[in-house]
Amino acid sequence: MTSNAFIAFQKNEETRCIVEAIVEDNPAAVVVDQPAMVKVDVPGRLVIKRATVEEKMGRDFDLQELQLHLITISGHLDESDDEFVLSWQR
Amino acid sequence: MDMKVAKKLGLKERYTMMTRDLAWDTTFQPMDKVFPQVGYEGIKIHDWDKWEDPFRLTMDAYWKYQAEKERKLYAILDAFNQNNGHLSVTDARYINVLKLFLGSTPPLELMAARGFSMVARQMVGAGPRVACMMQSVDEYRHFQTQIHSISNYNRFYNGLDEFAHQQSRMWYLSDGKSFFDDAITAGPFEFMVAIGFAFEYVLTNILFVPFISGAAYNGDMAAMTVGFSAQSDEARHMTLGLECIKFMLEQDPDNLPIVQRWIDKWTWRGTRKLASVGMMMDYMLPKRIMSFKEAWEIYFEQNGTALFTDLARYGIKVPKCFEQTIEEKEHITHQSWIGFYMKPDATPFHTWMPQPEELDWLSEKYPNTFDKYYRPVYEYWIEQEKAGNRFNNKTQPMNCQVCVSTIKFNEPGDPMEMCFRETEYKGEKFHFCSDHCKEIFEDEPEKYVQTFISSHAALQGKCEPEGTDVNAHDYRPGARMHAYWRMDKRASGDFNGSEDQKNFAKWRAQATRN
Repeated sequence: MTSNAFIAFQKNEETRCIVEAIVEDNPAAVVVDQPAMVKVDVPGRLVIKRATVEEKMGRDFDLQELQLHLITISGHLDESDDEFVLSWQR
Repeated sequence: MDMKVAKKLGLKERYTMMTRDLAWDTTFQPMDKVFPQVGYEGIKIHDWDKWEDPFRLTMDAYWKYQAEKERKLYAILDAFNQNNGHLSVTDARYINVLKLFLGSTPPLELMAARGFSMVARQMVGAGPRVACMMQSVDEYRHFQTQIHSISNYNRFYNGLDEFAHQQSRMWYLSDGKSFFDDAITAGPFEFMVAIGFAFEYVLTNILFVPFISGAAYNGDMAAMTVGFSAQSDEARHMTLGLECIKFMLEQDPDNLPIVQRWIDKWTWRGTRKLASVGMMMDYMLPKRIMSFKEAWEIYFEQNGTALFTDLARYGIKVPKCFEQTIEEKEHITHQSWIGFYMKPDATPFHTWMPQPEELDWLSEKYPNTFDKYYRPVYEYWIEQEKAGNRFNNKTQPMNCQVCVSTIKFNEPGDPMEMCFRETEYKGEKFHFCSDHCKEIFEDEPEKYVQTFISSHAALQGKCEPEGTDVNAHDYRPGARMHAYWRMDKRASGDFNGSEDQKNFAKWRAQATRN
């Protein structure tokens, strides 16, 4: 069974765009809504692409801004200027 | 003349330049004399540069984002106070979960801050040193924001003002204290496994994720913002813990048995500490989003399995206690609430019997155990309370020598029997809540014989308020525990009939009428 990589954010206007971007870039994504927070599960590997988030937000976005909204993550992380990847596939 | 414009550095280059490139090897003294602690535990490291923070967070970015987090947090706290936010929580019982959560957590955050600043000094590589320093500052921030949050409630409700005094003295606060005392007195690598892995990965995922989401569901914007703001740092902390485990395992195969022992030990210690967090979710939130059992399945069973499956490549096995924790998830929160309810004079927060619809919710969430083992206890106590005979156990509890939880959990495989273990060391008997705690003791007896257990020490006359004559002919050990604890009488006893209950009803009425 493939393990889920996941990420959870505080629910706000910025993370609404981030979650939209995740759903677009990860077709297997499952969004779980909970009070004040939102969690996204993806089997195996979850990627957040800067370009997609920028498109959703209509402004420049630095992936390190994710720090402001993060609640928890699961999977090995690799962060660059363009992608924030959580993965159990190594 | 051609002008060359320097290209902005990428994240990876920036990280290298701001961490490793700023570090140097000592020359006046050999490195192993400057960093002796990393050798004490038997962990072998060959190349410290292999340790990289996958967030690639540099100090300049750290301050920028942390400052932004603080601005958001305090804006919300101000709004909460300006709008009498404390009156918008579901009902006054909820305040008691804050007394337990905010009364026990800040001193642990402070210990974590101390621990990480020590480890930041002890680690050789620049990568872990920078990350540990950031975590130390984070933990100090959590300590402060939690205390600011307490002060807002302390103006209105009883029992919040002596948490710092009570931390080392109160029976039910000892499990958290002992967790951190154990971790901080270990070596730097074990500390990283204890806090970075067990506390962050196992515990805070439950405490700060579903529990804080539950706080939001109960209308508590203040605890929600403090909790989530802290948790935004925890994602980084978990990553650091996981990175440390991978790093040790990749550096030398000889590290495997040491790391395995720590994972076994600290997963169990984290699990024991979780019993009271689970109880907060199942019993103390008037509105509930999920049961502890459900949270445990998502954040430990599934998430833990993902991690252990991944670590299997290095030879790491699922922790020994894993099976037992799966069996216990159906029991521990009920046993904890029973344990607290039966001692109404011994906590600075109130307890109560669940309401009928809450009993039904518990039956639904715990179909295998609740009606069979726990509902009958509550129904009996509800009857007794109606008859004016609210249960009150006035004796001192017995605590486990290792985890310092009260001995109250069941024998594996037999929910009707209490689990109890003992061992003898240098002619003295020591008592444990479980096989796992007994094994931890037997690995390092000289460490755990030193555990301070106030409920035991009290019977030896060691926990008395100043001025007590322990040789007086009418002296009774433990009789003045309330003074020793500095317990506010108004804060103890059953919730029904408490001053908090009356005040909350009165203030809420004032808020909605002229």
